[in-house]
Amino acid sequence: MSGPSDYQPSNPALQWIERRLPIFGLIHSSFVAYPTPRNLNYWWTFGAILSFMLGMQILTGVILAMHYTPNADLAFKSVELIVRDVNYGWLLRNMHAVGASMFFVAVYVHMFRGLYYGSYKEPREVLWILGVIIYLLMMATGFMGYVLPWGQMSFWGATVITNLFSAVPYVGESIVTLLWGGYAVGNPTLNRFFSLHYLLPFVIAGVVVLHVWALHVAGQNNPDGVEPKTEKDTVPFTPHATIKDMFGVACFMLLYAWFIFYMPNYLGDADNYIPANPGVTPPHIVPEWYYLPFYAILRSIPDKLAGVVAMFGAIIILCFLPWLDSAKTRSSKYRPLAKQFFWIFVAVCILLGYLGAQPPEGIYVIAGRILTFCYFAYFLIVLPLLARIEKPRPVPNSISDAVLAKTGSRSTPMVSTAIVLALAASLFASSVDTAKAAEGGDKPPGNKWSFAGPFGTFDRGALQRGLKVYKEVCASCHGLSYVAFRNLAEPGGPGYSVAQAAAFASEYKVKDGPNDAGDMFERAGRPADYFPSPFPNEQAARAANGGAAPPDLSLITKARSYKRGFPWFIFDVFTQYQEQGPDYVAAVLQGYEEKVPEGVTIPEGSYYNKYFPGHAIKMPKPISDGQVTYDDGAPATVAQYAKDVTTFLMWTAEPHMEARKRLGFQVFVFLIIFAGLMYFTKKKVWAASH
Amino acid sequence: MNPDASTIAAGAPIEVDLSPIAEGQDIKVFWRGKPIYISHRTKKQIDEARAVNVASLPDPQSDEARVKSGHEQWLVVIGICTHLGCIPIAHEGSYDGFFCPCHGSVYDTSGRIRQGPAPSNLPVPPYQFVSDTKIQIG
Repeated sequence: MSGPSDYQPSNPALQWIERRLPIFGLIHSSFVAYPTPRNLNYWWTFGAILSFMLGMQILTGVILAMHYTPNADLAFKSVELIVRDVNYGWLLRNMHAVGASMFFVAVYVHMFRGLYYGSYKEPREVLWILGVIIYLLMMATGFMGYVLPWGQMSFWGATVITNLFSAVPYVGESIVTLLWGGYAVGNPTLNRFFSLHYLLPFVIAGVVVLHVWALHVAGQNNPDGVEPKTEKDTVPFTPHATIKDMFGVACFMLLYAWFIFYMPNYLGDADNYIPANPGVTPPHIVPEWYYLPFYAILRSIPDKLAGVVAMFGAIIILCFLPWLDSAKTRSSKYRPLAKQFFWIFVAVCILLGYLGAQPPEGIYVIAGRILTFCYFAYFLIVLPLLARIEKPRPVPNSISDAVLAKTGSRSTPMVSTAIVLALAASLFASSVDTAKAAEGGDKPPGNKWSFAGPFGTFDRGALQRGLKVYKEVCASCHGLSYVAFRNLAEPGGPGYSVAQAAAFASEYKVKDGPNDAGDMFERAGRPADYFPSPFPNEQAARAANGGAAPPDLSLITKARSYKRGFPWFIFDVFTQYQEQGPDYVAAVLQGYEEKVPEGVTIPEGSYYNKYFPGHAIKMPKPISDGQVTYDDGAPATVAQYAKDVTTFLMWTAEPHMEARKRLGFQVFVFLIIFAGLMYFTKKKVWAASH
Repeated sequence: MNPDASTIAAGAPIEVDLSPIAEGQDIKVFWRGKPIYISHRTKKQIDEARAVNVASLPDPQSDEARVKSGHEQWLVVIGICTHLGCIPIAHEGSYDGFFCPCHGSVYDTSGRIRQGPAPSNLPVPPYQFVSDTKIQIG
């Protein structure tokens, strides 16, 4: 994109087009001949990774939109139907939901890279500001996308975020009504968010084009922060950067696939598997992880308007970065002090993120205020000051000098590491204590589940026994409305034949109609029917059960969780532990105790349960030893019942889990081979340039 | 993008019968998609609400100004936290009124903000008494 190209295609047909629209010349000069600094490190591959992620999100999103229904009554169900019934719908949905998180992972790395190497400095200010605009658009898109499944966290996240605008003086309330299209978050809100969620990615793509254009005018920055001077300082984009980017993307895809296939719900919130309910606020509203630092800033300011201003200010301030940091040396590699402060700043952002997920009380509030101050101090005090007092180390004369020397990075990163570790340790030490004190509830004990781990499969016997327990016990109060009888015969399920599933269905009476006379009638169930719910509506369920409606069990093992706390939630990424839901369900079934411990009062009509939050559960002890007779000789004990029915409910929550893990293994084998090939190709291509 | 005609029409006034609400109880009704708390306050709760020094409150407003005279036992407020729109829980928090679980705002028995980040009191919706046991909201 830098000036007219002298590129001429050799194919006459392409020449014909080129004379009328010089698009091949444009591509050639931008992505083939384009000179790229030869000292770029792997942090520079994140630009390509981000382009890849944007393409991925648009592709999966367009297909998801073909199956999704943007209506407040149907949205939640349509998402569940995508996951259950659309061919590879579970894969599409995981790719899109995890993809949003991965997009933000990549953009944060990309932004910190720009910050560290001074990529925002003259002449790249516009390039940087375009980047901040893309980031803002991404945040808006991500937020509106999160609203679409219309779960509890979607609804209440939308409520909290749209209410931010009510802080605007005088016109705040009108702005909020305009955003909602009603008097509260509701169906019109969902519709407009869907429309905008579809539109904004293309706006992002447009700004990305400008971003790349600006990049190709100013040229890429590089780790040494000196402009390329001679031909020796650069290499052609293709094959050098192309192949390196391919290797970067392949490695990033390994991370992406890890979450898609093995931890799809790790980055989400269990509450979002509960359909939106405007009458009940979840006890603890947490935005998606990528907004947490800003959420922490919002909450740490005790005044509403000031909090909102601070939160937006924390992003907008990035636009002014090129002028706040006036130091001549670009790269922090040659700025001993800036480097230390950079790492402290990274730690501040991560800790703010951690605080954003904690309840707003006690030590968290104080820590939040200190860190908010640190965040702004970095931009408003530290960077302007450093530009004046810091003595940077001499930068190399040229990029090729820097590549030849290769000893420049022998400095000591010890100090900053120590600061970061001390900061993190002290904060976590205090937070773990308060967290323990605040919780009070018992953590459910872990279980050995057949479906855990990367190769986990459902135990067929347990599924069949669990179905029996559900049918004979749970079904009198709890629905299973997302599960159809035909699912019982599907691969990865309880292993019944189609005929068995049909026979099972025919034992149920299903309401159908109206018939020709206009009457509703009952008929025997068919495989395509769904499990009938025991109550006609939520109010009936509530009235029949002392005010607490028994929840539908289709998604219960995904909709329940408990806090793992630091550091477990980090280990879980590697161990793939994600059975909080099943552990909790199994624990509640076994957690009834006759003797109420001292200090706990159980209101009339409730029962003591050791693992239920708050201990007072409305459901009486549902099952006792020997209540259900097993045909296969498994012990008729509560422990066995709990285990079987939980396994069954894990299957109802995710009927395609076996397919997910199986495909995951194949994808991993492919990606590892692909990344290896890319790595060795890259080595070969770059052999002459290092 | 403002509310369409059907949304506005659905926001017409509603009538609520108060007779089933016993003293000390409260109900939640929805009007314009917003939860409205109707509390039948006890003598103690009313006294608590009237005993405070109004000037010391973050959003000074007397209890008398927030209820209809002659119907002091009835508190009618929009149950939406003035901070960021969560629904506060009734009969919780240190002032025996409402407690917002999202960011910890505490309201008293008159729905006035006492503690936490919320800037103002729970708003009182427009309503009037049609009879002694019936109100019209809107």
